[in-house]
Amino acid sequence: MQNSRLCREGSPELELLIEKGVGIMKEEIGILEGRQGQVFEKKSGKAEQLDISCEKTSLSGSVSQRACVFCGSRVVLYPVADALHLVHGPIGCAAYTWDIRGAVSSGPELHRLSFSTDLGEMDVIYGGEKKLYLSLIELIDKYKPKAAFIYSTCIIGLIGDDIDAVCKKVSKETGIPVLPVHSEGFKGTKKDGYKAACTSLMKLVGTGSIEGISPYSINILGEFNLAGEAWIIREYYEKMGIEVVSTMTGDGRVDAVRRAHGATLNVVQCSGSMTTLAKDMEEKYGIPYMRVSYFGIEDMSKSLYDVAKHFSDRPDIMDAAKEIVSKEVAKLYPELQKFKKVLAGKKAAIYVGGAFKTFSLIKALRSIGMSVVLAGSQTGNKDDYERLREMCDEGTIIVDDSNPVELSKFVLEKEADLLIGGVKERPIAYKLGIGFCDHNHERKIPLAGFIGMYNFAKEVYQSVMSPVWQFAPRKGGKI
Amino acid sequence: MKHAKTATQNACKLCNPLGACLAFRGIEKCVPFLHGSQGCATYIRRYLISHYKEPIDIASSNFNEETAVFGGSHNLQLGLKNVTQQYKPEVIGLATTCLSETIGDDVPMILREYKKAFRNGSPMPVMIHASTPSYQGSHIDGFHAAVRATVATLAVKGAERQHTVNIFPNMISPADIRYIKEILEAFRLPNMLLPDYSKTLDGGPWGEYHRIPPGGTPASTIASAGSASASIEFGATLEAPKSAAGYLESAFGVTRHHMGLPIGVKASDRFFALVEELSGQPVPEKYEDERRRLIDAYADGHKYIFEKRAIVYGEEDLVIAMTAFLLEIGITPVLCASGGKSGLLKKKIRELVPDLDEGEIKIRDGVDFVDIEDEAKVLKPDFLIGNSKGYTMSRKNNIPLLRIGFPIHDRFGGQRLHHLGYRGTQELFDRIVNMVIEERQNASSIGYTYM
Repeated sequence: MQNSRLCREGSPELELLIEKGVGIMKEEIGILEGRQGQVFEKKSGKAEQLDISCEKTSLSGSVSQRACVFCGSRVVLYPVADALHLVHGPIGCAAYTWDIRGAVSSGPELHRLSFSTDLGEMDVIYGGEKKLYLSLIELIDKYKPKAAFIYSTCIIGLIGDDIDAVCKKVSKETGIPVLPVHSEGFKGTKKDGYKAACTSLMKLVGTGSIEGISPYSINILGEFNLAGEAWIIREYYEKMGIEVVSTMTGDGRVDAVRRAHGATLNVVQCSGSMTTLAKDMEEKYGIPYMRVSYFGIEDMSKSLYDVAKHFSDRPDIMDAAKEIVSKEVAKLYPELQKFKKVLAGKKAAIYVGGAFKTFSLIKALRSIGMSVVLAGSQTGNKDDYERLREMCDEGTIIVDDSNPVELSKFVLEKEADLLIGGVKERPIAYKLGIGFCDHNHERKIPLAGFIGMYNFAKEVYQSVMSPVWQFAPRKGGKI
Repeated sequence: MKHAKTATQNACKLCNPLGACLAFRGIEKCVPFLHGSQGCATYIRRYLISHYKEPIDIASSNFNEETAVFGGSHNLQLGLKNVTQQYKPEVIGLATTCLSETIGDDVPMILREYKKAFRNGSPMPVMIHASTPSYQGSHIDGFHAAVRATVATLAVKGAERQHTVNIFPNMISPADIRYIKEILEAFRLPNMLLPDYSKTLDGGPWGEYHRIPPGGTPASTIASAGSASASIEFGATLEAPKSAAGYLESAFGVTRHHMGLPIGVKASDRFFALVEELSGQPVPEKYEDERRRLIDAYADGHKYIFEKRAIVYGEEDLVIAMTAFLLEIGITPVLCASGGKSGLLKKKIRELVPDLDEGEIKIRDGVDFVDIEDEAKVLKPDFLIGNSKGYTMSRKNNIPLLRIGFPIHDRFGGQRLHHLGYRGTQELFDRIVNMVIEERQNASSIGYTYM
């Protein structure tokens, strides 16, 4: 009955496969011993406690989908468009992150260029401080950035360059903030990279004037303006009469970050990456924060209502929020029904970077009639996974820091029609003949906000319902 | 005043381990494994996937702080064990990174320890080790290091010489690999092509998940490389001490025939003549036909492109071969540029084009895209020829870009582009002519319907 993993029992496709004697799943794919604590299947009836093992470094040899500390820092700081981003190390780290994200800017685009000290063997032997210094001086002179972020890569952690001292010196000479980012790849996980980025941002926050900032003001944190999403969100809040002091870091500007402490509330999306900064700002400047998500009707609406509730002494803000939601939902709802009609009953697998996004995606998928059979993330914590367990249907696989072999196994076993992930997950879906939605850095169409929900539904529809899958082996196509 | 330039800005090269991973993907049942941080493997996977659109699993020993202090032996051994268990490979292609090289891990010793500790009767994958520190050279060096290490690990001296050839075609597209194999088969010349990622990186749909995609050169075939009668190796700057064919020649006396990438009529003629000689067979009629069509196309298209000015960039070997081809069809490569730095770029171009006018043709190695862009502003070329990474300057300066080589991240089907032999030259020629025609048609206010 091995074929039943791929075709519903008694389906014509299955009969055909059996007739042909095609044994599609030839052998059981197991979970590595060191990873068994990171995979969980929600079982029926039991009031179980999820004891998932997470927040640890990836198992050696497991082909994790995660990157490194450097990656965490790079994704958070990357969208600051008028800063210089200099990667200190051999060429790879800078080359692979050149213009890597669709984080768009309304003005300067310095972030889309790739700068590296491109260390060679001699630099590794004699130290790279001089090269770093010269690079900074010439790049700042040429590109006139508002600030510079200097990313340490693995090798800097070994050869012991004092990048703090170089940054200090250059900052003094050039008059702009030059901020070291301690993102040596091996010193932890991607999450530690988020923290290192927040530490650098925190050094900028508080250095600008906060004169004239409204008491009804927010910073939008953890929104990176992929495909212009931050602009959509910003517009909603501004329509409600709220001043947006800074977006961190989507369409980011150094000067805006410097005066971010003038806002009275931090609104944090992608909680994994930016909560550190929100907490630090709460501690230092007494600014409260709340966690939000802009994906799907439910969470998007809640993001507006929650902020409005925070400013409860101004009922007009809540009125405006209600108006936005009702107007947008009225527009969106009939459109979604069309997609729901055809997508109802289809199954999705989700594997993304942060666990918080999976919550929104589960709700968004349900609103178009789809169920979720796998939900996983690279960096979720115990609370995240417990919440996932509560949300998920029976039989759903919950997985932390997964890999291609596991993802494929579950996608096939659970008969998913769609995989949601990033570039590295895409070929898994397509090879196995199932639809795919890129919910990661490379997306070109906004998926946040109400319009984003429409785009998301449309993209899912376009991939799941494509006629090309008729030729896929899992649908009985010839191998 | 010209700015001093220390930093690399928009690099025209990638790092050493990427090339090694790509080469290891061309060995059957092989998993590439990077001894370094998790990020190296993940970034390289992402980069390769964006070009090849195929799953590319690369394992990592996933260094942490302890590993960096106490050495990578434990992590590497655990990683090898896990990869063996999960992927059931026959070969593990192990490449180092800046991190493991800088802490000075003795990889061969770790591998010996591992083999001793885990030998329990069950067959163990063959371990190939290539030293690829990212602070040396670029991706192309990693590619060649991996190919050489593969041959050095697997090839043995056979009882007697076989009538077979080894072919080391350099970093070429899956379509090019298929074409080279097809040619050798047509000449009835038994061969061992390495690395063969024509299927692993451009394959069909799967009914089940393959831990390792089907395809690649089998280890057993590579083993016989030592008893082949000759090796053919492409790559003008690839010197014997760094190359697989060089190894086979010095270790087993397999004659090394070395030439540039066969792009253009002249270079392709040299390749076909060599295969003719090695196989003892005349050039099959279908390739003579390909050549005839190409010469005919040169005639049909020559006026569109004569004295057009191009900038060509990419790996040095590709640039050298493209330069000779462009000159052969009347295009002036006003700048031949590479991020690579073998020190041989100029010399090898001069060898191919003895009457080279250096006043008209600039040759620069070790450059980045900002250097190339600065040159472009002065040289004002009609078009750029190279990988996708030139798009930023192409758009900014409004110079059309013809995408060839690797990576092609912003167009579809890069893995299926031909570059080599008569067929590849034909494709390149057609694309260049069409680019010029399209430009001219779009620029005209008349809207010509015949061009």
